[in-house]
Amino acid sequence: MAQIELDNIQRIFQLGDSEVHALQDVQLRIDAGEYVSVMGPSGSGKSTLLNLLGLLDRPNDGHYRLEGRDVTTLSGDEQARVRRERIGFVFQSFHLVPRLSAEENIALPLLLAGISPHDRKARVAQALNDFGLAKRGDHRPDQLSGGQRQRVAIARATIMQPAMLLADEPTGNLDRATGEEVTQLLEALNGRGVTLIVVTHDPHMGERAHRQIRMEDGRIESDSQRPAP
Amino acid sequence: MMRSRDILGFATRAATAYPMRTGLMMLAMAIGVAAVVLLTALGDGARRYVVREFSALGSSLIIVLPGRTETGGVGAGSFVTNTPRDLTVDDAAALLRAGSVTRVAPLVLGNSEIAYAGKLREVMVIGTTPAFADIRNYTVAQGRFLPEEDWRRGSAVAVIGATLHKELFGAEPALGNMIRVGDRRYRVIGILAASGSGLGMNADELVIVPVAAAQALFNASSLFRIFAEARSRDAVPGAKTQILDILKTRHDGEEDVTLITQDAVLGTFDRILGALTLAVAGIAAISLAVAGILVMNVMLVAITQRTSEIGLLKALGATGSIIRLVFLTEAALLSIAGALAGLLLGHLGAWGLRLMFPVLPAYPPDWAVFAGLGTAIVTGVLFGVMPARHAATLDAVDALSKR
Repeated sequence: MAQIELDNIQRIFQLGDSEVHALQDVQLRIDAGEYVSVMGPSGSGKSTLLNLLGLLDRPNDGHYRLEGRDVTTLSGDEQARVRRERIGFVFQSFHLVPRLSAEENIALPLLLAGISPHDRKARVAQALNDFGLAKRGDHRPDQLSGGQRQRVAIARATIMQPAMLLADEPTGNLDRATGEEVTQLLEALNGRGVTLIVVTHDPHMGERAHRQIRMEDGRIESDSQRPAP
Repeated sequence: MMRSRDILGFATRAATAYPMRTGLMMLAMAIGVAAVVLLTALGDGARRYVVREFSALGSSLIIVLPGRTETGGVGAGSFVTNTPRDLTVDDAAALLRAGSVTRVAPLVLGNSEIAYAGKLREVMVIGTTPAFADIRNYTVAQGRFLPEEDWRRGSAVAVIGATLHKELFGAEPALGNMIRVGDRRYRVIGILAASGSGLGMNADELVIVPVAAAQALFNASSLFRIFAEARSRDAVPGAKTQILDILKTRHDGEEDVTLITQDAVLGTFDRILGALTLAVAGIAAISLAVAGILVMNVMLVAITQRTSEIGLLKALGATGSIIRLVFLTEAALLSIAGALAGLLLGHLGAWGLRLMFPVLPAYPPDWAVFAGLGTAIVTGVLFGVMPARHAATLDAVDALSKR
């Protein structure tokens, strides 16, 4: 059984009078621990696919089984719980809460899950260490560099030890060197067993993934496995 | 599920992160609550002031009026006559026999002209007995009050009020001089101390003469009122019964007088001013409703500003109810803080009021304080519900794409 199973997924947006098929008949199997890049031109449906995988969006038709469980029929609150416990998001624009310190931003998922302040403190301290942010814990996002911000965001995405990381253009707002640093960080996490799915425009980054999916007009055009190194 | 302490902490951080917005909203709430506190303090202060002034007049006072204002059953007397008998000086004198009555003062009242050395003015004349000064707490500044004498004799002497004294005599000594009232002449034997305006009649502009003198002046044998003072406040009901009994016997068994006690008058004033305070509080409460609408607006703006944050919270696994709770808590916090600030402001204002007008006991009543605080918090939360629900139903994907 694959970790992610998508069957006949349809996603249709109503734009005025016209319907836009953002996803058409998408079939996809992703195993636990895979490293997948999703590429394609703008409007090809790759972001919609990522939102769907992250349970931020629901398909109009089809089934999504996550770890064997059909999550398309779950209630909003149950989906929130799955997001909280199994899924980590990394965004292009980091999405840090500007008034909160790096520590507090990282602690947000723990806060939402109702983890006790004591446990929170220990886990956040560990995460700050792991991501080289030990001295930046009390800095607000506007006092951090772009790379540090994205590291805070990744620390936040992984603090609940999710089964998969969904990254939407994670290096889009970073310079080349910092982007490389962040990519290596994500790959290191993948190396420890977390499924990594990256949506990107950047062919260089896309080619680093072991498995590359190309999308066009809401369909999966190609799905190629790079031979294991 | 998120811990309530964490929700509170998160909402507090959100509220304090935007000091301008938070400050303005608290100010609106504070002004509303302060208005309630201050205005009710004013209203209730006025009520207490009036009640106190009345009590100072002597709460054991019983005023006897001729004529009945209450409907009664058919008594033996009602077959004899329907026209009420006048009150007479003898009636008043008879009241002194009542065991619970300590002082009695008959009262004749009329308007006349007063003249001295070519100066002339209209004046209110009271004919009464020496006890009246004690009953009304008049103090004599110069000379003395009316002499003790036979109530039917009426010597030609007068006591005048302070204003009258100043207007007629100026700096001249008044004692011993003759004034003309109507077509009669009286010797001034006393001048009342200035007392400011009393209730009903201004003692500073009165001429007081013996009751018989006034009756002669106005050519009347009846009395306007009889003032009687009971031994104490508790003796008032007993004194009333005794007065009624005596007058009934004297009036052929007919109960044709009305008794007014200070308590009844006091109660009326108390009710009127209490209602006034309530009305003022109601008007002030409107400003709280306005503040509530402001809370709603500010929260809606806050949600627009923080749309991407709401999207993020959803992505991190916050349920709709958590987001609703977070924003509702924020609205409630702002309302409570504003209400408390308003309470402080209102008490400060009331304190200033007391400092400026020491006679006015301007303390806000407890009910107004609780009602003001309660209304503020309830409106704040109530008007916070709609924005919070709006935040909870935002679409996560759309919210995340907002910058």
